[in-house]
Amino acid sequence: MNAAKAVLLRDLKRYLRRRQDLFQPLVFFVIVITLLALAVGPDAQIFATVAPAGVWVAVLLATTINLDAMFLSDYQDGTLEQLLLSPAALPGLVAAKIFAHWLATACPQIVIATFVATVLGIESQVVAALGATLLLGSPILSLVGAIASALTVGLRGGAMLQALIILPLYMPTLIFGSAAVHNAALELPIGAELYFLAGLAVMSASLAPVGAAAALKIRLG
Amino acid sequence: MILTRFHKYASPKYFYSWSLKLRPWLATACVLLFVSGLVGALFLAPADYQQGESFRIIYVHVPAAWMSLFIYMVMAASGALGLIWRIKLGDVMARASAPLGAWFTFLALVTGSLWGKPMWGTYWVWDARLTSELILLFLYLGYIALQGAIEDRRIAARTGAILALVGTVNIPIIHYSVEWWNTLHQGPTVSKLDVPSIDTTMLVPLLIMSLAYTCYFITILFTRARCEILEFERNTSWVKERALQMEAV
Repeated sequence: MNAAKAVLLRDLKRYLRRRQDLFQPLVFFVIVITLLALAVGPDAQIFATVAPAGVWVAVLLATTINLDAMFLSDYQDGTLEQLLLSPAALPGLVAAKIFAHWLATACPQIVIATFVATVLGIESQVVAALGATLLLGSPILSLVGAIASALTVGLRGGAMLQALIILPLYMPTLIFGSAAVHNAALELPIGAELYFLAGLAVMSASLAPVGAAAALKIRLG
Repeated sequence: MILTRFHKYASPKYFYSWSLKLRPWLATACVLLFVSGLVGALFLAPADYQQGESFRIIYVHVPAAWMSLFIYMVMAASGALGLIWRIKLGDVMARASAPLGAWFTFLALVTGSLWGKPMWGTYWVWDARLTSELILLFLYLGYIALQGAIEDRRIAARTGAILALVGTVNIPIIHYSVEWWNTLHQGPTVSKLDVPSIDTTMLVPLLIMSLAYTCYFITILFTRARCEILEFERNTSWVKERALQMEAV
Protein backbone atom coordinates (compact mmCIF):
# COMPACT_ATOMS: atom_id res chain seq x y z
CA MET A 1 0.00 0.00 0.00
CA ASN A 2 2.85 2.36 0.92
CA ALA A 3 4.66 1.53 -2.28
CA ALA A 4 1.55 2.26 -4.32
CA LYS A 5 1.14 5.59 -2.52
CA ALA A 6 4.76 6.49 -3.22
CA VAL A 7 4.30 5.66 -6.91
CA LEU A 8 1.14 7.78 -7.03
CA LEU A 9 2.82 10.81 -5.44
CA ARG A 10 5.91 10.45 -7.60
CA ASP A 11 3.87 10.24 -10.80
CA LEU A 12 1.76 13.26 -9.86
CA LYS A 13 4.93 15.23 -9.20
CA ARG A 14 6.29 14.13 -12.57
CA TYR A 15 3.14 15.28 -14.38
CA LEU A 16 3.26 18.64 -12.60
CA ARG A 17 6.87 19.17 -13.59
CA ARG A 18 6.29 18.41 -17.25
CA ARG A 19 3.34 20.66 -17.83
CA GLN A 20 3.57 20.56 -21.61
CA ASP A 21 2.39 16.95 -21.39
CA LEU A 22 -0.69 18.17 -19.58
CA PHE A 23 -1.50 21.11 -21.84
CA GLN A 24 -0.89 19.59 -25.23
CA PRO A 25 -3.80 17.09 -25.08
CA LEU A 26 -6.14 19.87 -23.96
CA VAL A 27 -5.10 22.08 -26.86
CA PHE A 28 -5.45 19.10 -29.19
CA PHE A 29 -8.96 18.50 -27.84
CA VAL A 30 -10.03 22.10 -28.50
CA ILE A 31 -8.51 21.95 -32.00
CA VAL A 32 -10.50 18.81 -32.84
CA ILE A 33 -13.70 20.52 -31.73
CA THR A 34 -12.80 23.52 -33.91
CA LEU A 35 -12.14 21.22 -36.87
CA LEU A 36 -15.55 19.66 -36.36
CA ALA A 37 -17.21 23.08 -36.29
CA LEU A 38 -15.40 24.13 -39.47
CA ALA A 39 -16.32 20.89 -41.22
CA VAL A 40 -19.99 21.05 -40.24
CA GLY A 41 -20.36 24.68 -41.30
CA PRO A 42 -21.75 27.77 -39.59
CA ASP A 43 -25.28 26.41 -39.14
CA ALA A 44 -25.71 26.52 -35.35
CA GLN A 45 -28.63 24.09 -35.36
CA ILE A 46 -26.71 21.27 -37.05
CA PHE A 47 -23.66 21.92 -34.94
CA ALA A 48 -25.69 21.74 -31.73
CA THR A 49 -26.93 18.25 -32.68
CA VAL A 50 -23.49 16.83 -33.54
CA ALA A 51 -21.43 18.71 -30.93
CA PRO A 52 -22.05 16.34 -27.95
CA ALA A 53 -20.99 13.33 -30.06
CA GLY A 54 -18.04 15.34 -31.35
CA VAL A 55 -16.94 16.15 -27.80
CA TRP A 56 -16.94 12.43 -26.95
CA VAL A 57 -14.91 11.51 -30.04
CA ALA A 58 -12.46 14.32 -29.32
CA VAL A 59 -12.03 13.04 -25.76
CA LEU A 60 -11.32 9.53 -27.09
CA LEU A 61 -8.71 10.79 -29.53
CA ALA A 62 -6.99 13.05 -27.00
CA THR A 63 -6.90 10.20 -24.46
CA THR A 64 -5.44 7.79 -27.00
CA ILE A 65 -2.70 10.22 -27.97
CA ASN A 66 -1.93 10.86 -24.34
CA LEU A 67 -1.63 7.21 -23.26
CA ASP A 68 2.11 7.26 -23.99
CA ALA A 69 2.65 9.44 -20.93
CA MET A 70 1.68 6.52 -18.68
CA PHE A 71 4.63 4.16 -19.17
CA LEU A 72 6.92 5.44 -21.92
CA SER A 73 9.27 7.80 -20.04
CA ASP A 74 9.50 5.33 -17.13
CA TYR A 75 10.39 2.63 -19.63
CA GLN A 76 13.08 4.78 -21.19
CA ASP A 77 14.82 5.75 -17.94
CA GLY A 78 14.56 2.30 -16.34
CA THR A 79 12.05 3.17 -13.60
CA LEU A 80 9.68 0.53 -14.91
CA GLU A 81 12.26 -2.21 -14.40
CA GLN A 82 12.78 -1.08 -10.84
CA LEU A 83 9.02 -1.30 -10.25
CA LEU A 84 9.04 -4.85 -11.61
CA LEU A 85 11.83 -5.75 -9.20
CA SER A 86 10.04 -4.28 -6.19
CA PRO A 87 8.60 -6.77 -3.69
CA ALA A 88 5.23 -4.96 -3.70
CA ALA A 89 2.50 -6.50 -5.88
CA LEU A 90 2.83 -5.13 -9.40
CA PRO A 91 -0.92 -4.72 -10.12
CA GLY A 92 -1.16 -2.36 -7.14
CA LEU A 93 1.70 -0.22 -8.43
CA VAL A 94 0.22 -0.21 -11.93
CA ALA A 95 -3.16 0.82 -10.49
CA ALA A 96 -1.43 3.74 -8.75
CA LYS A 97 0.18 4.80 -12.03
CA ILE A 98 -3.17 4.61 -13.83
CA PHE A 99 -4.85 6.64 -11.09
CA ALA A 100 -2.14 9.30 -11.30
CA HIS A 101 -2.54 9.42 -15.08
CA TRP A 102 -6.30 9.80 -14.73
CA LEU A 103 -6.00 12.58 -12.16
CA ALA A 104 -3.42 14.48 -14.19
CA THR A 105 -4.88 14.12 -17.69
CA ALA A 106 -8.54 13.08 -17.60
CA CYS A 107 -9.73 15.45 -14.88
CA PRO A 108 -8.60 18.63 -16.66
CA GLN A 109 -10.10 17.25 -19.83
CA ILE A 110 -13.51 16.80 -18.22
CA VAL A 111 -13.42 20.39 -16.94
CA ILE A 112 -12.39 21.74 -20.35
CA ALA A 113 -14.98 19.59 -22.15
CA THR A 114 -17.88 20.79 -20.02
CA PHE A 115 -16.58 24.37 -20.33
CA VAL A 116 -16.32 24.12 -24.11
CA ALA A 117 -19.78 22.55 -24.29
CA THR A 118 -21.25 25.42 -22.28
CA VAL A 119 -19.54 28.04 -24.43
CA LEU A 120 -20.82 26.36 -27.58
CA GLY A 121 -24.35 26.93 -26.35
CA ILE A 122 -25.29 23.31 -25.62
CA GLU A 123 -28.24 23.11 -23.24
CA SER A 124 -27.46 22.79 -19.56
CA GLN A 125 -29.02 19.34 -19.01
CA VAL A 126 -26.94 18.01 -21.94
CA VAL A 127 -23.80 19.53 -20.46
CA ALA A 128 -24.62 17.88 -17.13
CA ALA A 129 -25.08 14.51 -18.86
CA LEU A 130 -21.82 15.04 -20.72
CA GLY A 131 -19.98 15.76 -17.49
CA ALA A 132 -21.50 12.74 -15.74
CA THR A 133 -20.72 10.32 -18.58
CA LEU A 134 -17.17 11.66 -18.88
CA LEU A 135 -16.68 11.29 -15.13
CA LEU A 136 -17.76 7.63 -15.31
CA GLY A 137 -16.28 6.90 -18.74
CA SER A 138 -12.81 8.42 -18.51
CA PRO A 139 -11.60 5.94 -15.82
CA ILE A 140 -12.54 3.14 -18.25
CA LEU A 141 -10.51 4.83 -20.97
CA SER A 142 -7.46 5.18 -18.72
CA LEU A 143 -7.74 1.63 -17.35
CA VAL A 144 -8.25 -0.20 -20.64
CA GLY A 145 -5.75 2.12 -22.27
CA ALA A 146 -3.15 1.09 -19.72
CA ILE A 147 -3.24 -2.48 -21.07
CA ALA A 148 -2.62 -1.33 -24.64
CA SER A 149 0.04 1.09 -23.47
CA ALA A 150 1.81 -1.69 -21.55
CA LEU A 151 1.59 -4.06 -24.52
CA THR A 152 3.15 -1.58 -26.92
CA VAL A 153 5.62 0.22 -24.63
CA GLY A 154 8.95 0.78 -26.36
CA LEU A 155 7.88 -0.61 -29.74
CA ARG A 156 8.73 1.15 -32.98
CA GLY A 157 5.69 3.00 -34.26
CA GLY A 158 4.12 2.41 -30.86
CA ALA A 159 1.70 5.34 -30.89
CA MET A 160 -0.10 4.30 -34.07
CA LEU A 161 -0.14 0.66 -33.02
CA GLN A 162 -1.52 1.63 -29.64
CA ALA A 163 -4.33 3.59 -31.25
CA LEU A 164 -5.12 0.68 -33.55
CA ILE A 165 -5.34 -1.74 -30.64
CA ILE A 166 -7.20 0.46 -28.23
CA LEU A 167 -9.86 2.24 -30.28
CA PRO A 168 -11.99 -0.89 -30.95
CA LEU A 169 -11.97 -1.61 -27.23
CA TYR A 170 -13.20 1.92 -26.53
CA MET A 171 -16.34 1.55 -28.61
CA PRO A 172 -18.73 0.36 -25.86
CA THR A 173 -17.73 3.33 -23.69
CA LEU A 174 -18.32 5.68 -26.60
CA ILE A 175 -21.70 4.10 -27.33
CA PHE A 176 -23.02 4.42 -23.77
CA GLY A 177 -21.50 7.85 -23.28
CA SER A 178 -22.87 9.41 -26.41
CA ALA A 179 -26.22 7.60 -26.05
CA ALA A 180 -26.69 9.19 -22.62
CA VAL A 181 -25.84 12.62 -24.01
CA HIS A 182 -28.18 12.08 -26.95
CA ASN A 183 -31.01 11.02 -24.63
CA ALA A 184 -30.42 14.04 -22.43
CA ALA A 185 -30.80 16.28 -25.48
CA LEU A 186 -34.22 14.68 -26.11
CA GLU A 187 -35.08 15.01 -22.40
CA LEU A 188 -35.20 11.24 -21.96
CA PRO A 189 -33.91 9.44 -18.83
CA ILE A 190 -30.21 8.56 -18.90
CA GLY A 191 -30.01 6.31 -15.82
CA ALA A 192 -29.51 3.05 -17.73
CA GLU A 193 -26.48 4.31 -19.65
CA LEU A 194 -24.92 5.73 -16.50
CA TYR A 195 -25.37 2.40 -14.71
CA PHE A 196 -23.76 0.57 -17.63
CA LEU A 197 -20.81 2.95 -17.61
CA ALA A 198 -20.44 2.55 -13.86
CA GLY A 199 -20.52 -1.23 -14.24
CA LEU A 200 -17.88 -1.14 -16.97
CA ALA A 201 -15.75 1.19 -14.83
CA VAL A 202 -15.89 -1.20 -11.85
CA MET A 203 -15.12 -4.18 -14.07
CA SER A 204 -12.16 -2.55 -15.76
CA ALA A 205 -10.89 -1.22 -12.43
CA SER A 206 -10.73 -4.77 -11.08
CA LEU A 207 -9.31 -6.47 -14.19
CA ALA A 208 -7.22 -3.92 -16.08
CA PRO A 209 -4.39 -3.39 -13.53
CA VAL A 210 -3.81 -7.16 -13.46
CA GLY A 211 -3.78 -7.33 -17.27
CA ALA A 212 -1.48 -4.32 -17.62
CA ALA A 213 0.90 -5.76 -15.01
CA ALA A 214 1.04 -9.09 -16.85
CA ALA A 215 1.68 -7.25 -20.12
CA LEU A 216 4.54 -5.24 -18.58
CA LYS A 217 6.11 -8.41 -17.23
CA ILE A 218 6.08 -9.98 -20.69
CA ARG A 219 7.37 -6.87 -22.45
CA LEU A 220 10.24 -6.33 -20.01
CA GLY A 221 10.84 -9.89 -18.85
CA MET B 1 -1.26 -40.40 -18.16
CA ILE B 2 -3.55 -38.38 -20.38
CA LEU B 3 -1.58 -35.26 -19.51
CA THR B 4 1.79 -36.73 -20.51
CA ARG B 5 0.28 -38.00 -23.73
CA PHE B 6 -1.14 -34.53 -24.39
CA HIS B 7 2.27 -32.98 -23.79
CA LYS B 8 3.82 -35.43 -26.19
CA TYR B 9 1.36 -34.77 -29.03
CA ALA B 10 1.44 -31.02 -28.40
CA SER B 11 5.21 -30.84 -28.66
CA PRO B 12 6.13 -29.10 -31.93
CA LYS B 13 8.06 -32.07 -33.27
CA TYR B 14 5.27 -34.59 -32.81
CA PHE B 15 2.64 -32.15 -33.96
CA TYR B 16 4.63 -31.62 -37.14
CA SER B 17 4.69 -35.30 -38.03
CA TRP B 18 1.14 -36.28 -37.04
CA SER B 19 -0.45 -33.22 -38.64
CA LEU B 20 1.48 -33.97 -41.82
CA LYS B 21 0.04 -37.50 -41.87
CA LEU B 22 -3.43 -36.10 -41.25
CA ARG B 23 -3.25 -33.63 -44.13
CA PRO B 24 -4.59 -35.80 -47.02
CA TRP B 25 -7.53 -36.98 -44.87
CA LEU B 26 -8.43 -33.45 -43.85
CA ALA B 27 -8.14 -32.15 -47.40
CA THR B 28 -10.33 -34.96 -48.78
CA ALA B 29 -12.97 -34.42 -46.12
CA CYS B 30 -12.89 -30.71 -46.85
CA VAL B 31 -13.45 -31.17 -50.59
CA LEU B 32 -16.26 -33.73 -50.06
CA LEU B 33 -18.03 -31.49 -47.56
CA PHE B 34 -17.75 -28.46 -49.83
CA VAL B 35 -19.09 -30.34 -52.85
CA SER B 36 -22.03 -31.90 -51.02
CA GLY B 37 -22.78 -28.66 -49.17
CA LEU B 38 -22.76 -26.59 -52.36
CA VAL B 39 -24.92 -29.08 -54.26
CA GLY B 40 -27.42 -29.00 -51.41
CA ALA B 41 -27.24 -25.23 -51.19
CA LEU B 42 -27.48 -24.34 -54.88
CA PHE B 43 -29.69 -27.14 -56.28
CA LEU B 44 -31.54 -29.11 -53.63
CA ALA B 45 -32.66 -26.36 -51.27
CA PRO B 46 -35.87 -24.60 -52.40
CA ALA B 47 -35.94 -20.88 -53.06
CA ASP B 48 -37.07 -18.75 -50.16
CA TYR B 49 -40.74 -17.69 -50.30
CA GLN B 50 -39.81 -14.11 -49.54
CA GLN B 51 -36.20 -13.56 -50.61
CA GLY B 52 -36.26 -15.80 -53.70
CA GLU B 53 -32.99 -17.18 -55.02
CA SER B 54 -30.83 -14.50 -53.46
CA PHE B 55 -31.24 -16.04 -50.03
CA ARG B 56 -28.71 -18.69 -51.11
CA ILE B 57 -25.87 -16.38 -50.14
CA ILE B 58 -26.71 -17.45 -46.59
CA TYR B 59 -24.65 -20.58 -47.27
CA VAL B 60 -21.43 -18.65 -47.58
CA HIS B 61 -22.35 -15.76 -45.32
CA VAL B 62 -23.53 -17.43 -42.12
CA PRO B 63 -20.73 -20.03 -41.85
CA ALA B 64 -18.17 -17.25 -42.42
CA ALA B 65 -19.72 -15.22 -39.62
CA TRP B 66 -19.70 -18.26 -37.32
CA MET B 67 -16.07 -18.95 -38.16
CA SER B 68 -15.06 -15.36 -37.48
CA LEU B 69 -16.15 -15.71 -33.85
CA PHE B 70 -15.05 -19.33 -33.49
CA ILE B 71 -11.52 -18.53 -34.69
CA TYR B 72 -11.25 -15.65 -32.25
CA MET B 73 -12.09 -18.09 -29.47
CA VAL B 74 -9.53 -20.59 -30.83
CA MET B 75 -6.96 -17.82 -30.96
CA ALA B 76 -7.63 -16.65 -27.41
CA ALA B 77 -7.78 -20.18 -25.99
CA SER B 78 -4.57 -21.36 -27.62
CA GLY B 79 -2.91 -18.07 -26.69
CA ALA B 80 -3.92 -18.74 -23.09
CA LEU B 81 -2.46 -22.27 -23.32
CA GLY B 82 0.83 -20.76 -24.43
CA LEU B 83 0.72 -17.96 -21.87
CA ILE B 84 -0.29 -19.94 -18.78
CA TRP B 85 1.07 -23.46 -19.36
CA ARG B 86 3.93 -22.44 -21.67
CA ILE B 87 2.77 -24.83 -24.36
CA LYS B 88 4.63 -23.81 -27.50
CA LEU B 89 1.97 -25.21 -29.80
CA GLY B 90 -0.51 -22.76 -28.23
CA ASP B 91 1.69 -19.81 -29.25
CA VAL B 92 2.01 -21.22 -32.75
CA MET B 93 -1.72 -21.88 -33.16
CA ALA B 94 -2.69 -18.41 -31.94
CA ARG B 95 -0.34 -16.71 -34.37
CA ALA B 96 -1.39 -18.96 -37.23
CA SER B 97 -5.13 -18.47 -36.75
CA ALA B 98 -5.20 -14.66 -36.65
CA PRO B 99 -4.98 -13.97 -40.42
CA LEU B 100 -7.50 -16.75 -41.11
CA GLY B 101 -9.94 -15.20 -38.66
CA ALA B 102 -9.45 -11.80 -40.22
CA TRP B 103 -10.20 -13.17 -43.69
CA PHE B 104 -13.34 -14.99 -42.54
CA THR B 105 -14.52 -11.80 -40.86
CA PHE B 106 -13.85 -9.90 -44.06
CA LEU B 107 -15.70 -12.55 -46.07
CA ALA B 108 -18.69 -12.35 -43.72
CA LEU B 109 -18.75 -8.56 -44.11
CA VAL B 110 -18.48 -8.65 -47.91
CA THR B 111 -21.09 -11.37 -48.43
CA GLY B 112 -23.31 -9.65 -45.88
CA SER B 113 -23.17 -6.36 -47.73
CA LEU B 114 -23.80 -8.11 -51.07
CA TRP B 115 -26.84 -9.72 -49.47
CA GLY B 116 -27.89 -6.41 -48.01
CA LYS B 117 -28.13 -4.72 -51.40
CA PRO B 118 -31.15 -6.72 -52.72
CA MET B 119 -32.76 -7.16 -49.29
CA TRP B 120 -32.33 -3.81 -47.58
CA GLY B 121 -31.58 -1.78 -50.71
CA THR B 122 -28.15 -0.73 -49.46
CA TYR B 123 -24.71 -2.26 -49.11
CA TRP B 124 -24.04 -0.99 -45.65
CA VAL B 125 -26.23 -0.04 -42.72
CA TRP B 126 -25.03 0.78 -39.23
CA ASP B 127 -26.85 -2.25 -37.95
CA ALA B 128 -25.81 -3.89 -34.70
CA ARG B 129 -24.42 -7.15 -36.00
CA LEU B 130 -22.69 -5.57 -39.00
CA THR B 131 -21.05 -3.06 -36.72
CA SER B 132 -19.88 -5.60 -34.17
CA GLU B 133 -18.53 -7.77 -36.98
CA LEU B 134 -16.63 -4.74 -38.25
CA ILE B 135 -15.23 -4.11 -34.77
CA LEU B 136 -14.21 -7.77 -34.64
CA LEU B 137 -12.26 -7.20 -37.85
CA PHE B 138 -10.53 -4.24 -36.18
CA LEU B 139 -9.64 -6.47 -33.21
CA TYR B 140 -8.06 -9.03 -35.56
CA LEU B 141 -6.14 -6.31 -37.41
CA GLY B 142 -4.86 -4.90 -34.11
CA TYR B 143 -3.64 -8.36 -33.12
CA ILE B 144 -1.89 -8.85 -36.48
CA ALA B 145 -0.30 -5.39 -36.29
CA LEU B 146 1.00 -6.17 -32.81
CA GLN B 147 2.48 -9.44 -34.04
CA GLY B 148 4.23 -7.60 -36.85
CA ALA B 149 5.73 -5.01 -34.51
CA ILE B 150 7.51 -7.43 -32.16
CA GLU B 151 10.54 -9.27 -33.53
CA ASP B 152 10.86 -12.01 -30.93
CA ARG B 153 8.24 -14.66 -31.72
CA ARG B 154 7.86 -15.89 -28.15
CA ILE B 155 7.27 -12.40 -26.77
CA ALA B 156 5.03 -11.53 -29.72
CA ALA B 157 2.87 -14.60 -29.12
CA ARG B 158 2.53 -13.97 -25.39
CA THR B 159 1.80 -10.27 -25.86
CA GLY B 160 -0.80 -11.21 -28.43
CA ALA B 161 -2.34 -13.71 -26.03
CA ILE B 162 -3.03 -10.95 -23.51
CA LEU B 163 -4.57 -8.78 -26.21
CA ALA B 164 -6.74 -11.69 -27.40
CA LEU B 165 -7.92 -12.39 -23.85
CA VAL B 166 -8.79 -8.73 -23.31
CA GLY B 167 -10.67 -8.89 -26.60
CA THR B 168 -12.56 -11.99 -25.46
CA VAL B 169 -13.81 -10.14 -22.38
CA ASN B 170 -14.79 -7.26 -24.63
CA ILE B 171 -16.56 -9.13 -27.44
CA PRO B 172 -19.84 -9.73 -25.54
CA ILE B 173 -19.77 -6.18 -24.20
CA ILE B 174 -19.19 -4.79 -27.68
CA HIS B 175 -21.89 -7.06 -29.09
CA TYR B 176 -24.59 -6.09 -26.61
CA SER B 177 -23.70 -2.41 -26.52
CA VAL B 178 -23.90 -2.22 -30.30
CA GLU B 179 -27.11 -4.26 -30.30
CA TRP B 180 -28.62 -1.82 -27.91
CA TRP B 181 -27.37 1.04 -29.99
CA ASN B 182 -29.22 0.03 -33.14
CA THR B 183 -30.62 -3.00 -34.89
CA LEU B 184 -32.06 -3.89 -38.29
CA HIS B 185 -30.53 -7.31 -38.99
CA GLN B 186 -32.97 -10.22 -39.26
CA GLY B 187 -33.16 -12.35 -36.13
CA PRO B 188 -31.00 -15.48 -35.76
CA THR B 189 -32.15 -18.28 -38.02
CA VAL B 190 -30.54 -21.33 -36.48
CA SER B 191 -29.78 -20.55 -32.84
CA LYS B 192 -33.17 -21.85 -31.67
CA LEU B 193 -32.18 -25.48 -32.04
CA ASP B 194 -35.50 -27.06 -31.01
CA VAL B 195 -37.67 -25.01 -33.38
CA PRO B 196 -35.39 -23.40 -35.99
CA SER B 197 -37.17 -20.87 -38.17
CA ILE B 198 -35.73 -22.55 -41.25
CA ASP B 199 -36.86 -25.60 -43.22
CA THR B 200 -34.82 -28.81 -42.91
CA THR B 201 -33.98 -28.91 -46.63
CA MET B 202 -32.50 -25.45 -46.20
CA LEU B 203 -30.90 -26.16 -42.84
CA VAL B 204 -28.96 -29.33 -43.71
CA PRO B 205 -26.81 -27.72 -46.44
CA LEU B 206 -26.11 -24.84 -44.06
CA LEU B 207 -24.81 -27.21 -41.41
CA ILE B 208 -22.75 -29.12 -43.98
CA MET B 209 -21.31 -25.85 -45.25
CA SER B 210 -20.30 -24.79 -41.76
CA LEU B 211 -18.64 -28.19 -41.25
CA ALA B 212 -16.82 -27.65 -44.54
CA TYR B 213 -15.65 -24.21 -43.39
CA THR B 214 -14.43 -25.66 -40.09
CA CYS B 215 -12.62 -28.44 -41.91
CA TYR B 216 -11.03 -25.93 -44.27
CA PHE B 217 -9.97 -23.81 -41.31
CA ILE B 218 -8.31 -26.78 -39.57
CA THR B 219 -6.51 -27.86 -42.75
CA ILE B 220 -5.09 -24.41 -43.42
CA LEU B 221 -4.41 -23.76 -39.74
CA PHE B 222 -2.29 -26.91 -39.49
CA THR B 223 -0.37 -25.99 -42.62
CA ARG B 224 0.33 -22.49 -41.35
CA ALA B 225 1.23 -23.88 -37.94
CA ARG B 226 3.77 -26.24 -39.53
CA CYS B 227 5.43 -23.29 -41.29
CA GLU B 228 5.47 -21.33 -38.04
CA ILE B 229 7.00 -24.30 -36.23
CA LEU B 230 9.80 -24.62 -38.75
CA GLU B 231 10.68 -20.98 -38.18
CA PHE B 232 10.18 -21.13 -34.39
CA GLU B 233 12.37 -24.21 -34.07
CA ARG B 234 14.86 -23.53 -36.83
CA ASN B 235 17.81 -24.02 -34.47
CA THR B 236 16.75 -27.46 -33.20
CA SER B 237 18.30 -30.68 -34.42
CA TRP B 238 15.09 -32.27 -35.72
CA VAL B 239 14.35 -29.37 -38.06
CA LYS B 240 17.89 -29.52 -39.40
CA GLU B 241 17.61 -33.28 -39.95
CA ARG B 242 14.33 -32.80 -41.77
CA ALA B 243 15.84 -30.10 -43.95
CA LEU B 244 18.73 -32.41 -44.85
CA GLN B 245 16.30 -35.18 -45.70
CA MET B 246 14.34 -32.85 -47.96
CA GLU B 247 17.53 -31.81 -49.66
CA ALA B 248 18.50 -35.43 -50.24
CA VAL B 249 15.12 -36.11 -51.86
